[in-house]
Amino acid sequence: MDLSFNAEERAFQDEVRGFIAKNLTEEMKRATALTPSVFSDPDIGMAWQRTLHKQGWGAPGWPVEHGGPDWTPAQRWIFETESARAGVPNVNVMGVKMVGPVIIGFGSPEQKNFYLPRILSGEDYWCQGYSEPGSGSDLSSLKTRAVRDGDDYIINGTKIWTTHAHHANRMFALVRTSDGPRQQDGISFILIDMKTPGITTRPILTIGGDHEVNQVFFDDVRVPVANRVGEEGKGWTYGKYLLEFERGSGIASAKLREGLKAIADLAESDLTGRAIDSLDIATRISEVEVDIDALEMTELRVLSALQTGQNPGAVSSILKLRNSEIRQAVTRLGADVIGHDALAVEPMRPLYRLNHEPPMPDEMLTVVPEYLNGRAYTIFGGTSEIQRDIIAKMMLGI
Amino acid sequence: MDLNLTDEQRLLRESAERFVAESYDADHRRKMANDPLGFSPAVWTQFAELGWLALPIAEEFGGLGGSAVEIGILMEAFGRGLVSEPYIATVVLGAALIERCGSTAQKQAILPKIADGSLKLALAHSERAARFDLAKVATTAHKTAQGWRLAGNKIAVLDGHAADEIIVSAHIHDHQGPSARIGLFLVPATTPNVAISDYERLGGGRACNIVLSDAQLPEDALLGNGRDALPAIEWAVDRAMAALGAEAVGIMQVLLDTTLEYTKIRKQFGRPLSANQVIRHRLADMAVQVDEARSMALRAALKVDADPVERARAASGAKAKIGRSGRFVGEQAIQLHGGMGVTEELEVGAYFKRLVAFDTLFGGSAHHYGRHALLGRTTVPA
Repeated sequence: MDLSFNAEERAFQDEVRGFIAKNLTEEMKRATALTPSVFSDPDIGMAWQRTLHKQGWGAPGWPVEHGGPDWTPAQRWIFETESARAGVPNVNVMGVKMVGPVIIGFGSPEQKNFYLPRILSGEDYWCQGYSEPGSGSDLSSLKTRAVRDGDDYIINGTKIWTTHAHHANRMFALVRTSDGPRQQDGISFILIDMKTPGITTRPILTIGGDHEVNQVFFDDVRVPVANRVGEEGKGWTYGKYLLEFERGSGIASAKLREGLKAIADLAESDLTGRAIDSLDIATRISEVEVDIDALEMTELRVLSALQTGQNPGAVSSILKLRNSEIRQAVTRLGADVIGHDALAVEPMRPLYRLNHEPPMPDEMLTVVPEYLNGRAYTIFGGTSEIQRDIIAKMMLGI
Repeated sequence: MDLNLTDEQRLLRESAERFVAESYDADHRRKMANDPLGFSPAVWTQFAELGWLALPIAEEFGGLGGSAVEIGILMEAFGRGLVSEPYIATVVLGAALIERCGSTAQKQAILPKIADGSLKLALAHSERAARFDLAKVATTAHKTAQGWRLAGNKIAVLDGHAADEIIVSAHIHDHQGPSARIGLFLVPATTPNVAISDYERLGGGRACNIVLSDAQLPEDALLGNGRDALPAIEWAVDRAMAALGAEAVGIMQVLLDTTLEYTKIRKQFGRPLSANQVIRHRLADMAVQVDEARSMALRAALKVDADPVERARAASGAKAKIGRSGRFVGEQAIQLHGGMGVTEELEVGAYFKRLVAFDTLFGGSAHHYGRHALLGRTTVPA
């Protein structure tokens, strides 16, 4: 057993560091540091996606024939870790990490040829149509309906919590095409052009003051049957496949570590009157750091298993559960570290293009919004309660 | 980067688990709990035959040159059976300190005997007033014409009653008067003026208090050349905490497995306990914490030879985290067993008590989160 990287891996690490140092602009770095929501705005995020694509690194998890870089799990780990360390933009995962693998796994040759290059290049911007007002954790109870009419489906219904729907030109959605014996039957996976007549988007402001999610309404929206991925009625299988990617990308600890480092830096600075001199704050920083160490080791154990072709098992739910809980612990700690400055919330967005003097230093601007927005970590992508259900069922057999 | 077991490590795990499963059942544990020695000399001999006592000792001294990862594999299996043999005292602490601090003559005299099972050691370092501060030692060692004179009180000496020789820490007072150096002294258990009073340790095994009232020792009782031994003690205790962490993982796994089985069998309101979501979620939380503990124990083992700050933070982080998750898993195991969990009729309590002892030994979670914090802020791995 060995925690260190071999010579080839270290060389790759140098290559990634060099690439990021050369291409990550100060503007991108500042915008990323001053974005309190999950994903960077598209102008920042897609600029980075294009940079990665030019290097051939646009889709680390994809097979080579579709433009993936053919990295080993260790290389992916290094890439994600170095990216987090450098503070690269948080590219919207809906394209590369979510719909991409589904199209690769289940799409037609035409769909692969059309969509995959546009995802890679950042030409298309995707959003996810899964949840509905009446269907949250019980996702397969969804009611948005697609009725066949010649070569089209006519879609009626509504989707909610649609991240960046106001930026996206495409949506992948789960819609009901028939009613089966089980509610998971009769769901289809469909790709929708957001400019299609009949689609309207309503912004939803979250408690941190950000507009990241939306509700999307479908009113007799006509979508070609050719836009369905895989078989009609089998969408639940594809949708679950995608959720495993959403939960278990499996390399989250590096980003958590950077988040904690930012808070610890604040705690050590005069801006907070050296909050770290309080034993309570110092100890809590250690508690969170140790939790991150544990998550990182679990990620590395999974990675080692993957490298030798073993199946790591139902660990993606553990990773999702702990990642979301630790992210919340980091943001809660942050809000405590900045003391009275946690009373002020800057309402304007984006925080990196304010045209007035904010009420606190830049380093603190995202702290409270991140804490407030961060309450969603244990809700999206399957709530913590759903993850515990999965752990109990898949790992413990109950 | 590779965290997979090698074939040899897998074999070690299999043989350790098999040994524990075959030799350590509830009857054996009850017998040991009422045994004045607290462990079985016959089992100790088997440990020697299996090569486990030689495991971490360098090959030149009759050992196998194994790493902390192998020690962890063994300890996790020991945890599953609540093994009470003095492995930590003799092999993990004792042999390591001899190897690090001893002169060549001392190593040649002692290490092969540890490896073949003919000599047992213990470390007498803790003192009541020091609490968990390893640097605080009031025991003194005065240089005399014939050798050394030791005086002081030691507590929580793991398996000191069974040791042939006890490694005692003391502040060195030489011809120049008191020094800041802590020395380690080899004290034969039969030395006059050394009073050893042992007691049954929480969760199995035994420990003792030792009073040294001007115990006279020869010149060569001092380990090595008398350089300050504090860094070595910290190093050895960090290794012991990594090993004990692995043992705790084995214990937690047993408690999780046992509790899971029980909730499937036990019926209330006409259905198994595990049919209730609140029970399933509790078990899921226990499983998550066992997994995290496993990660932390492995991490501490992989860093026992890192630079002192990184090593100590990994050891304290593991000790703190596993201490806390061990209490959680143990307390929930009792809770989910209901009234039976509080009785001596089930073994849940025995396993729980060993976890409580783990959390206490060398300092509890609060102490180690504090040490972790003091030793520095967010480490940035290379």
